[in-house]
Amino acid sequence: MDNPALLHHFATEEQQRDSANLGMWIFLATEVMFFGGLFCAYLIYRRWYFGDFAAASTSIDAFLGGTNTAVLICSSLTVVLAIWAAQTARRGLLLVMLVLTMIFGVTFLGIKAKEYKDKFDEHHVPGASFSFEHVPIPGHPLEYADPKHAQIFFALYFVMTGLHALHMIIGLGIFAWLLWMAWKGRFTPEYHTPLEIGGLYWHFVDIIWIYLFPLLYLIDRHP
Amino acid sequence: MATTIAQPPAQPIERENYLNKHYGVGSWLLTTDHKRISLLYLMSITFFFFIGGFFALMIRLELLTPAGDLVQADTYNKLFTMHGMVMIFFFLIPSIPAVLGNFLVPMMIGAKDLAFPRINLLSWYLYIIGGVLMLHCMLTGGVDTGWTFYTPFSTAFTNTKIVEAGLAIFVAGFSSILTGLNFIVTIHRMRAPGMTWSRLPLFIWAHYATSIIQILGTPVIAITIVLVAVERTLHLGIFDPKLGGDPLLFQHLFWFYSHPAVYIMILPSMGIVSEIIACFSRKRIFGYGFVAISSISIAVFGFLVWAHHMFVAGISVYAALIFSLLSYAVAVPSAVKVFNWTATLYKGSIRYDAPMLYAFGFLGLFTIGGLTGLFLAALGIDVHVTDTYFVVAHFHYIMVGGALMGYLGGMHFWWPKISGRLYPESWARLAALIVFIGFNLTFFPQFILGYLGMPRRYYQYPPEFQVLNVLSTAGATVLGVGYLLPMIYFLWSMRYGKPAPDNPWNAAGLEWKTPSPPTTYNFEQEPVVTWEAYNYEELDAPQPGGSH
Repeated sequence: MDNPALLHHFATEEQQRDSANLGMWIFLATEVMFFGGLFCAYLIYRRWYFGDFAAASTSIDAFLGGTNTAVLICSSLTVVLAIWAAQTARRGLLLVMLVLTMIFGVTFLGIKAKEYKDKFDEHHVPGASFSFEHVPIPGHPLEYADPKHAQIFFALYFVMTGLHALHMIIGLGIFAWLLWMAWKGRFTPEYHTPLEIGGLYWHFVDIIWIYLFPLLYLIDRHP
Repeated sequence: MATTIAQPPAQPIERENYLNKHYGVGSWLLTTDHKRISLLYLMSITFFFFIGGFFALMIRLELLTPAGDLVQADTYNKLFTMHGMVMIFFFLIPSIPAVLGNFLVPMMIGAKDLAFPRINLLSWYLYIIGGVLMLHCMLTGGVDTGWTFYTPFSTAFTNTKIVEAGLAIFVAGFSSILTGLNFIVTIHRMRAPGMTWSRLPLFIWAHYATSIIQILGTPVIAITIVLVAVERTLHLGIFDPKLGGDPLLFQHLFWFYSHPAVYIMILPSMGIVSEIIACFSRKRIFGYGFVAISSISIAVFGFLVWAHHMFVAGISVYAALIFSLLSYAVAVPSAVKVFNWTATLYKGSIRYDAPMLYAFGFLGLFTIGGLTGLFLAALGIDVHVTDTYFVVAHFHYIMVGGALMGYLGGMHFWWPKISGRLYPESWARLAALIVFIGFNLTFFPQFILGYLGMPRRYYQYPPEFQVLNVLSTAGATVLGVGYLLPMIYFLWSMRYGKPAPDNPWNAAGLEWKTPSPPTTYNFEQEPVVTWEAYNYEELDAPQPGGSH
């Protein structure tokens, strides 16, 4: 049977699917290195200024961060279910799962926006109005964190989570397109490569968060 | 010998090929044909090559005399910065992969196109967007930090357009990443039946290794640029020692890409040289497996040597020792290549056509550049010559003497395939000679200048250095002529050159089994490969009842 999605330069559908998957994996390797530079900077300063980082870390809301972690894990589940729905030709379920994924994504960004607003209100955004005076270092109640070093923490916090949020927004764009394709009935058990590689991207962005959450929110927290 | 083939009358009916299948600007700007995209790249990088060359000319003119008489110090800083940025990010890095690689990778492995033709076009547009940003940046003030934009100078002090130049490089970087991604997937998934890994041309192995660096190195410079831009606009302190940041961290991140970037430039060139030397010695390349694996190991080792740019920056002695040792280790696969090329020449029936002249030039100049690299990897000597013209001469021997010679050799070798026309051979040999002489005259004096202690990046110098500087400037002029010549006769040949046969060099390789110029889908039917790479002995064996 002739598949309209088979491009002229591929011999078989399998070759095309394999190429798309491999391409996405290589792109994700690129993304690992992209975030890797930030993780490297983070780890160096965390080691140098551990107390200051721990103090700064306590000021961000671990409950909101934890909620967001749960939201993203749920979204990964709905992505997997969406692919399963496509494989088993359940179009209704596929549409529901794609919509759910997007709802989870938007929820994540909403909570993230709330966190950013809190930081803004507390003058924890690096720059001219930054202020982090007289915050004790956890475990050392008589020592205050150095605001300069705390500013580096917040700089990294905003760059890392900001870049992650940007990836979430791009992911939402991809999933909006996938939803439109699914609505038009483009995906069949034989052909659903866009879902697979879109899903790979989504999972990758989730995994980045899985690392960001403990590194930024849980440095030295004790109940 | 005296077989003058009766030419058919003028204006024969032209076969349909990728050049004449469609006409019009739209058919080029929206093409997804890898061969047309390759030509788009060829035009754009040639444009940037001449921009970068203009800056080089201004630098050499200023250095003609010891006094600073042509430009002011600030202008001079901008000149060498823009020269470096344009030449590295907008010429050398895309040069061979995006032009020759784009054209040849699918053809050499027997594919109709790259795996992602639309992403290929996207990468050209990203390159153009980056290039336009860079041009705008240059025309409205430029940058004066050196192409390395070291912090905290770049983030806290200079008043020039760091963020815009950074954005230009960031965007162009993604063009490079997408090219690398496309090549890797294509080489893995699009090979014709029978084209096993051990039958791949070494050009393909070289591009595979290059692509690995492009996809793993480039994102690191991208995030570094993001950090510099954010730091510069918001003063976060990530790289600012006054605020607790570490400028050395910037240098580590920067060189983690920018050292392997040198291998993005030189590895494809090595691939070209392997093709040319095998063809013009009429022999299978000596030690095929070793040459192939050495490309991969250069890519791997290349990631482990970056801190040799920082020996005097204040890194620990132990780190310096290890990076020094690892830098020596890169010399091993490089030497493997040089020795295997030499062994290929041994008892070959060598022809001195223009591509081969460039390959010979590459061999000599790359060897000098590589050996002086070992001087620089040695901690003691490096302290003496850091930031002198010795370093400048060394990396020009690699990037210009190596990468650019290979690029020109490749352009001559495949020009008949690309354009369907033959270039004038005697002019080409003359140009190769001029480039070789001009290059050595430009850069060899700089080794001596550097060893005597002339620092780089100054617009004035003591009068005793003048003789060598005049030699260098004179050489640059000769070199400029050498670069203009091929551009002129290539353009000339497109209209007046003799039509090229399908395989003018009688070369092995699938790309030569297509018409010149090829049709849009390269092959009439999917080729099946039953022979090893570089089977020149078979090709040259007397054919029953045939002659060429």
